[in-house]
Amino acid sequence: MNLQLTQEQEMIVGMVRRFVKEEIQPREINLDPDADELPEADKALLVAKVKEMGLYGLDIPSEYGGPDLDMVTRTLIAIELSQHRAGLYTPCYGVFGGAGLAQLYEATDEQKDNYLYPTLRGEKSGFFGLTEHSGGSDPARAIQTKAVKEGDDWIINGGKIFISGADKADYGLVFARTSPDRGRGGVTCFIVDTDTPGFHVRRIVHTLRSARYATELQFEDMRIPNNNILGEVNKGFAIANDRLSRQRIPYSAGCIGVAIAAHELALEYSKIRETFGAPLSSRQSIQWMLVDNEIDIQHARWVTLEAADRAQRGEPFRKQAAMCKLVASEAASRVVDRSMQIHGGYGVTKDFPFERWYREMRIRRIGEGPSEVQRHIIARDILGESLR
Amino acid sequence: MSIRLDKPLQQLSDDNIQKLAGNLGVFQLADDNGNIIYIGYAGGKSLFGLRGEVDACKDMQGASQFRVEVNMSYLTRYQELLMVYIADYDRVPLHNDEQQRRQLGKLSPG
Repeated sequence: MNLQLTQEQEMIVGMVRRFVKEEIQPREINLDPDADELPEADKALLVAKVKEMGLYGLDIPSEYGGPDLDMVTRTLIAIELSQHRAGLYTPCYGVFGGAGLAQLYEATDEQKDNYLYPTLRGEKSGFFGLTEHSGGSDPARAIQTKAVKEGDDWIINGGKIFISGADKADYGLVFARTSPDRGRGGVTCFIVDTDTPGFHVRRIVHTLRSARYATELQFEDMRIPNNNILGEVNKGFAIANDRLSRQRIPYSAGCIGVAIAAHELALEYSKIRETFGAPLSSRQSIQWMLVDNEIDIQHARWVTLEAADRAQRGEPFRKQAAMCKLVASEAASRVVDRSMQIHGGYGVTKDFPFERWYREMRIRRIGEGPSEVQRHIIARDILGESLR
Repeated sequence: MSIRLDKPLQQLSDDNIQKLAGNLGVFQLADDNGNIIYIGYAGGKSLFGLRGEVDACKDMQGASQFRVEVNMSYLTRYQELLMVYIADYDRVPLHNDEQQRRQLGKLSPG
């Protein structure tokens, strides 16, 4: 892997960095510190600017109209996009557009017409319904939602929890057990319209993310046509699993971006804040915190870029994705914590972004597979068959 | 935590408002019959938290009672209370902006 950015990457990263500093950060001053939405007029203006930059819909494959950017470049951009208060979960307030549910790129033509293309046009949105009360880290065994064939339809009963965006979505991918005794080989992915009778958003699940919530879903005799199976019957686990590995790279990039933003604030503050007649930056205890921040960020950055590079080259990257998710989420948590410490009392106020990052970063060590599961994945990879 | 804010309503008087602390959280204003006419929140930009926000609404037409809930997740709780109200009445409270509905999700609380 080449450690030097190409000229094009340098240019794109610089452009995005300026955008965050000039267009996003100043607007945040007027928003509630926990806000995750821009006023509609501002958002429309910024979306137009991003389109002019040629960077709208970053993660959309080029054959579907997205910019033709490789995975490493997209990771570098994702690191820049999260460098503001709301950046961890709402990078640039969504003005760079989304890619929809990546699984739909493998859908049938009819499914693409009904779900993928309207999503890319911004007319529909979807949710990803995998986790259940019985657990999220081992979906192959934890899924208890059942789908039973009845004529040309399937009848789905069960529920999901910690599902983002289901209350606003037009459809979702729902994973259900279609063969009770076949473990990971008995799970099927269904595309479910949220206006289907029997689909209920029962409650909001409040978390440390104070601006955005998860939801709890209940399915009661929900009738879904056979045509709405994504992929094949009993092959849904592969769809879920691929998404979980792939998603870990941008997830890590978001953590790194916030760590960089926190570290930059800490560096700046340490030079101007004086104690006992000298700036904080002259104290060895503070210097070592800043040094540890620097090392944590560099470490996380290179592990994440390596995972992106392997994914781009089409090589197996499951272990590298687990490593980057583990390293980035834990390193960024430490960086935010140290930076908050350097700011003293101000660090825990809502006047600064640290308290929001601190809360939200805690979720990152659990979301998309907790640290323990990432270690488990890495152990399985390096120990192989001897583990079984 | 109950999905609905169901603690007793208090009279919207200066005395009662002054007893409120400056915490972050959500609040509801009601008319004489206890019908909710406004749902609001005290967020990170509120100078005096719930006390300041409720005080700023005390002259709202028809408002005679209120209740508050201290809650650090004031934004998601605020959205939840609006969504529950819409699930019950298919509209937003009288003094909330109907345009807000476009940004809210759909709940069907059991």
